[in-house]
Amino acid sequence: MNRQAQAVVLFLFGGAILKASLSDLYLRYVKEGLRPFLIAAGAALVLAAIMTLWYEYRAAPSAGASSADEHDHGHAHHEPRVGWLLILPVLGLLLVAPPALGSFTAGQSGTVQVSGSSDYPPLPAADPAPIGLLDYASRAIYDEGRSLAGRRLQLIGFVNTSPEGVQLARIVVSCCAADGRPIKVGLTGGPVIDVPSGTWVQVTGKYTAQRGKDTVNQADIAYLEVEQWQPATPPKQQYE
Amino acid sequence: MVETAERKRSIEVEVLAVLLVALVILRDRISGVIGGERLQTWTTVFVSVLVQAVPFLVFGVLLSAVIAVFVPRSFWAKALPRHPALAVPAASVAGVVLPGCECGAVPIAGSLIRRGVTPAAALAFLLAAPAINPIVLTATAVAFPDDPEMVLARGLASLAVAMVMGWLWLRLGRTEWIKLPHRPDLDGASKGRAFWSACRHDVVHAGGFLVVGAAAAATINVIVPEAWLQTLAAQPVLSVLALAVLAVLLSICSEADAFVAASLSQFSLTSRLVFLVVGPMVDLKLISMQAGVFGRRFTARFAPATFVLAIVAATGAGLVLL
Repeated sequence: MNRQAQAVVLFLFGGAILKASLSDLYLRYVKEGLRPFLIAAGAALVLAAIMTLWYEYRAAPSAGASSADEHDHGHAHHEPRVGWLLILPVLGLLLVAPPALGSFTAGQSGTVQVSGSSDYPPLPAADPAPIGLLDYASRAIYDEGRSLAGRRLQLIGFVNTSPEGVQLARIVVSCCAADGRPIKVGLTGGPVIDVPSGTWVQVTGKYTAQRGKDTVNQADIAYLEVEQWQPATPPKQQYE
Repeated sequence: MVETAERKRSIEVEVLAVLLVALVILRDRISGVIGGERLQTWTTVFVSVLVQAVPFLVFGVLLSAVIAVFVPRSFWAKALPRHPALAVPAASVAGVVLPGCECGAVPIAGSLIRRGVTPAAALAFLLAAPAINPIVLTATAVAFPDDPEMVLARGLASLAVAMVMGWLWLRLGRTEWIKLPHRPDLDGASKGRAFWSACRHDVVHAGGFLVVGAAAAATINVIVPEAWLQTLAAQPVLSVLALAVLAVLLSICSEADAFVAASLSQFSLTSRLVFLVVGPMVDLKLISMQAGVFGRRFTARFAPATFVLAIVAATGAGLVLL
């Protein structure tokens, strides 16, 4: 792999990172907090590509060119051929741009084991009160729904059809999508949810004491008594 | 000679251009092929491991280029104690200030030996630098937000392996095992040229190996059923050995490996610590790089010894600290 080819690959790689982090594309893969670092890293890669080309072309017409080439040749076996592989993430980001993790992961992995908290702050005053799936599961399982009692709740997630019935799910990401695991909430009662797995829906309902077990990892699953549901557009940040 | 090099150069860039144009034209077909859910998930995980690792990789390479170019190499020889047995711990701790990944440490260790640093100290530096520098430890802390003791355990276990390997070399090592190739370096070039040359080389090299690692990690993430991993992960001894071997095979840069380890959430913290301690010291890309810089006779002895010692040290640290 010669230096010009390396510069082109670096430029494409940095450009792809820049494009992903300047749009909302990066949110499918990593947490929001990484954005400034991604932009800086992408810019640095593009700069490295430009500087490589600059030194290549500046050296080319002078007498130093031949010595530089021989220099190159002298340790050609050290030139990183493996660098060609950097084309793959460029294609992945620019051409394919794979979607955020969804129902495949939810079907393959067991639900997140929610942790309890000593203090559950009151829900927002709005009716129905919006609440995240992790928060709901934690309040339902560890607080026996005390802080949820008597309230109408609104949850958003995608449909996951499992052996235990229809569930609402979201992917929880602590660092990047590679560590993504689903949080699942069982749905009971209400109108039949007849959309395919992976469809984003908004569900309004109430706490129920019903519990289930995830067949994959035997973790507890909280349930929600559905009043109504409707298809929803996926939020900008699909992970929880 | 020069002419063939010139021709080869232009062909490489042209092939790349043709390839890219073809890919853009065939874009819809490619997306169609990647339509399957499993393959799509593979692509998402593959891209996300890379995107997450890129800032760490780039800043590591930039800082390592700054130190490699703007700190004179003779500084290291002056800064280390004269007695070899004392130089080993000093060099290990000096690894803290080299925030590069292992790909950067191999050539630097080679040039340290060339500059008259005792090999034992240079080797301790080689092992310590990729594992205990601030960027790697920060990445580890970010990847394990709920287990801050992981950072401490990783640092201590890696430091212990580096120092013991250095002292072991003083005892058992033979200088004739190390065969440094004659390699022109960039000492004559201007600082700017040397700096960007180091950046380009390190990003392309380390990035390329990172792609391999991300692909392997994504494959394991998607192909291996969770139930199977859980049986393996449930057995303490087997899980330690499995992740030690996985660390060698995946060959992930030390700046990114913590994120892969975090995603192997079925495994115990101790076995993931083994993954983090073995990975920066022994892996496929390091073995090939070390064979290139120090010679095969050296690598055939050094790599297996480091592998065993890293497993022992990390398991010990895991039992005590985690």
